Amino acid sequence: MLHIINKSPLTNCALDSCLRVAQSGDILLIEDAVYAATSGNAFEGKIREAMGRFKIHVLRPDLEARGLADRIIAGILPVDYGGFVELTTTNKNCQSWL
Amino acid sequence: MSTIEVEGKTYETDEEGYLTNLADWNKDIAEYIAKTENVEMTEQHWEVINFLREYFEEYQIAPAVRVLTKAIGKKLGADKGNSEYLYGLFPYGPGKQACKIAGLPKPTGCI
Amino acid sequence: MSDIKKFMFVNRKAPYGTIYALESLEVVLITAAFDQDVSLVFLDDGVYQLKKGQQTKGIETKNFSPAYRALEGYDIEKLYVEKESMEARGLSEEDLLVDVTVMGRAEMGELMDQQDVVLSF
Repeated sequence: MLHIINKSPLTNCALDSCLRVAQSGDILLIEDAVYAATSGNAFEGKIREAMGRFKIHVLRPDLEARGLADRIIAGILPVDYGGFVELTTTNKNCQSWL
Repeated sequence: MSTIEVEGKTYETDEEGYLTNLADWNKDIAEYIAKTENVEMTEQHWEVINFLREYFEEYQIAPAVRVLTKAIGKKLGADKGNSEYLYGLFPYGPGKQACKIAGLPKPTGCI
Repeated sequence: MSDIKKFMFVNRKAPYGTIYALESLEVVLITAAFDQDVSLVFLDDGVYQLKKGQQTKGIETKNFSPAYRALEGYDIEKLYVEKESMEARGLSEEDLLVDVTVMGRAEMGELMDQQDVVLSF
């Protein structure tokens, strides 16, 4: 299953809830959720812990917009819009944690 | 939506005559808009227009008149950095009118 | 002048994900015309508004971050960043595109207390 998150982990508990409830699958961080993919963020520990269970992707254009494309935590996979579409088609279902 | 036609090409503007796409701008369009505003472009006018273009390039906003006046004074000298001089060139306002000719949006906060 | 008031803009949202950051900036630019004592505060995700190197071509949105560098020309020179917020995001002063005063949360709280008007974004 694909989990899509679009909120910053430091202002909203969407990513936290996702990590608590979901067991495995793909996670795609978009919009303000891309901050969760950056090193030095207070959420980094939780993301690293989740990397064992999930494959974590981040939408690169959103990261670039925020000036953080050079801060991706190693092991998180940057994707472009094509990659975004591919993730939605290769997974049998998808949830947006709004 | 409104349009203007310059040298056989059509360009989109808003209802007040400001260019919709900043990238469309060129000197012919500037001359055309100036004419509709009854402004005859001289070297002194171009100096202000070019300054506005550079300011926008750098900060991505059109400066308020007060800010423009101060910045022009800094760059081109005190004899040009005052409202008398700038309103002399652009009677309807160095913000409103000059920005229109420069192909920039109306300055934020300009009524 | 005796009618100068202390205005503080509190910015707590990241740019682009919501419209708050841009709206705040526009109100600040307009307020500058009224010659008041204006301070801008950046805390929580608001610190991200000042991150250097924003490139918005890929999301087809206007990059408004260069406008923070124009604030000085508008005589808005009091920019404060909360230290704890900055550090929790892995950022340092060198990551920011304008000169700011970094202060701890207690000091920032005091500064808020001193204001006549606080506008929150």
